[in-house]
Amino acid sequence: MRNFMGLLNRKGSANTAKERLRLVLIHDRSTLPPGTMEELRDELIEVISRHVEVDRSSVRLEIAQDGRSQRLLADIPLKRADNRLPEEY
Amino acid sequence: MLAARCRRLKAEMGRVITITSGKGGVGKTTATANISAALAALGHKVVCIDADIGLRNLDVVLGLENRIVYDVVDVVEGRCKLRQAMIRDKRLEELYLLPAAQTRDKTAISPKDMKRVCEELAKDFDFVVIDSPAGIERGFKNAIAPADEIIIITNPEVSAVRDADRIIGIVEAEQKGPAKLVVNRINNELVNRGDMLAVADVLELLAVELIGIVPEDQAVLVSTNRGAPIALEAKSKTGQAFRDIARRLTGEQVPFTSGNGSGGFMGRLSKLIRTGGEKS
Repeated sequence: MRNFMGLLNRKGSANTAKERLRLVLIHDRSTLPPGTMEELRDELIEVISRHVEVDRSSVRLEIAQDGRSQRLLADIPLKRADNRLPEEY
Repeated sequence: MLAARCRRLKAEMGRVITITSGKGGVGKTTATANISAALAALGHKVVCIDADIGLRNLDVVLGLENRIVYDVVDVVEGRCKLRQAMIRDKRLEELYLLPAAQTRDKTAISPKDMKRVCEELAKDFDFVVIDSPAGIERGFKNAIAPADEIIIITNPEVSAVRDADRIIGIVEAEQKGPAKLVVNRINNELVNRGDMLAVADVLELLAVELIGIVPEDQAVLVSTNRGAPIALEAKSKTGQAFRDIARRLTGEQVPFTSGNGSGGFMGRLSKLIRTGGEKS
């Protein structure tokens, strides 16, 4: 087993390089100043909470790579659907 | 009607291609000399410009160092005519060099000066090929300002790939993109052993269009020692790699053959080449 792992490791310096580069490039390409993600997250929660109830602790905001472009992905779980009819009905 | 006239004028003008990399020592000057020589060998009129003012080298790589009288700074500062500074290659009638000044620095010329010189040259030449200095400062800005197209040279190695990514981003932001990529110094033995990034890996990381794969080859050192571009050696595989780049630049479809550092995954490579092209 140790030999097998050793073989995998030896095979892997190019893989290690690729993985390290993948992370470095995401960071290098990011145009957002540090702290912006946290601010964005808080402000998004604030705005959305005005209309629906948000499960604050599970909100996720991340930058995804799409070729050379980046996209901002927000995953904002809602507390639960409110199915009551509006009062004017 | 004016638009039609501009288009016609543009069609008659040569293409200005800048070769750059970010990182130093990846093979920009060698690539410039060889791509220029290969284009001239195909019968195109080519002038290459050394934009590395203060650290000129394109002249020695081409073996033309003894014939320099004037340089690009002399042209810009009006001490000579453009024609007087240009050196004709001793092997290829259609190849010329406009050398850099050796005793000045990058601030001796501006991006505007480079644009003016290249506009003038593009009237008479099919290709103006610019050898950019390393870095992203003034010299690099001078080199990319007049470019119609940009070729980025990288090596299958972390720092070269990282710098290439930065340059690709700048080129896009300057609206000179999409840049095309040459992966230089691929060593098949190391790739097959899993100890060198394969071309497909580099393409996947950088997501740009590939225009050349050049193997690592000691013969490049020998040809540089002699001042004779390897692209002119008919039997050399590395020379062939540079000739292929020249043909792709002229619009020819030249396939990327196996055994060139693809890591044995030609399917993966060709898929990535297409994706890179579409992303642009």
